[in-house]
Amino acid sequence: MSAPLLEVDGLRKHYGRRIGCAEVSFTLWPGEVMGIVGESGSGKSTLLSCLAGHLASDGGQILYRDRSGHAHAVANLSEAGRRRLAREEWAYVHQNPRDGLRMGVSAGGNVGEPLMARGQRHFGDIRAAALDWLERVEIAQDRIDDVPRDFSGGMQQRLQIARSLVNGPRLVFMDEPTGGLDVSVQARLLDLLRGLVRDLGLSAVIVTHDLAVVRLLADRLMVMQGGYVVESGLTDQVLDDPQHAYTQLLVSSVLQV
Amino acid sequence: MISVENVSKAFTLHNQGGTRIGVMRGVSMRVEPGECVALTGASGAGKSTLMRMIYGNYRIESGAIRIGDEVLDSDRPRAILALRRNTLGHVSQFLRAVPRVPTIEVAAEPLRMLGVDAATAQARAGALLARLRIPQTLWRLAPATFSGGEQQRVNIARGFVHPWPALLLDEPTASLDPTNRETVLELISEAKARGAAILGIFHDADARARVCDREIDVGAFTP
Repeated sequence: MSAPLLEVDGLRKHYGRRIGCAEVSFTLWPGEVMGIVGESGSGKSTLLSCLAGHLASDGGQILYRDRSGHAHAVANLSEAGRRRLAREEWAYVHQNPRDGLRMGVSAGGNVGEPLMARGQRHFGDIRAAALDWLERVEIAQDRIDDVPRDFSGGMQQRLQIARSLVNGPRLVFMDEPTGGLDVSVQARLLDLLRGLVRDLGLSAVIVTHDLAVVRLLADRLMVMQGGYVVESGLTDQVLDDPQHAYTQLLVSSVLQV
Repeated sequence: MISVENVSKAFTLHNQGGTRIGVMRGVSMRVEPGECVALTGASGAGKSTLMRMIYGNYRIESGAIRIGDEVLDSDRPRAILALRRNTLGHVSQFLRAVPRVPTIEVAAEPLRMLGVDAATAQARAGALLARLRIPQTLWRLAPATFSGGEQQRVNIARGFVHPWPALLLDEPTASLDPTNRETVLELISEAKARGAAILGIFHDADARARVCDREIDVGAFTP
């Protein structure tokens, strides 16, 4: 637990002359959850895509330390190297579940596939693991043979989360993971994630516009505006005593229930 | 154990014409192990603000806050999180928990964060809930639907489940009936006896007189 999991230094991404994100630096430790908030277009999703190696960055450094303690420069990884990390160390939960699921494969197959990719061959074990995960994300077990195309949006999102977490990743990237979910399921998911963070030392980087979600889930928070991190710190401190004008605006604009 | 040296705090409201509101100036105080100190002062005098600064929830503008040997530094959030896990306990006025999580797990959570196994953590949490007269039939339910007083007792169970060397209590007896109030005062006395340094806000003057060794009027720190 002594070495950081992810070290980001001066990360930069441009879209032509427009800034995607710039001067982003932070360190994530095992068992830590980092929240990233900001309005649409603030660079949150760009940053997340760069971190996971989905987008090539234009400058700066991303170092990821794997299970064996080996540090990888994410930007310089070969496609095979990136795929290995994505399969064995990371999970990515997309905002749109269609980007993270195989829509024509059964729910059970979607959850079981990552296990098979890691070398599990015993059908009974895989099905049992799939059933266990469907239950954790509150999908009725009798839906295991149905394809996600027939699921509601919220169910698809829960299935994507089960598929992402079944392999016990060390680091999860989440892009608006609770966006399309009913509040009841959202709460269940928050509890599930907190349990994994606490018991398995899972780390996560979560992009969201939901301040209530980051308050309950994230240890630390970065606030982005126009591609830059304008404020960062302990989550409750940033939310309760925001220093930057934009964060103050963000916090004061939330409707209270 | 808790030391505040020459601390100042102001809020700058960037979206309201950059208005700057000075709320505290020149705060210096200490709470020793085994001592309970009450913050007093009129509503709005800054009692909660001071507590929040000591908990790392508000930034300070100048001065220094120490918990034990450690200086609180808002630019080192990981250190503050570790401090809150191990050293600095807190009972807030309001219960903030992940919805739908059972009461027993809410109360056991701080121990689980310290790596205590679920069975041991829940046994300790259960003992406190029982002492605070939360019926066992409610333990598996989420506290969201509980009455104000019940929620506060869950909060108190959570705040006393680990023997933190420093404790911040924000109105711990506010919405309690006399029997439960008595239990909370006992818990505070026991924490003092084991050497905890306690800083609290108590509107209940009689409670203050019974458990607090000193009072500090925060009105003296108003700029």
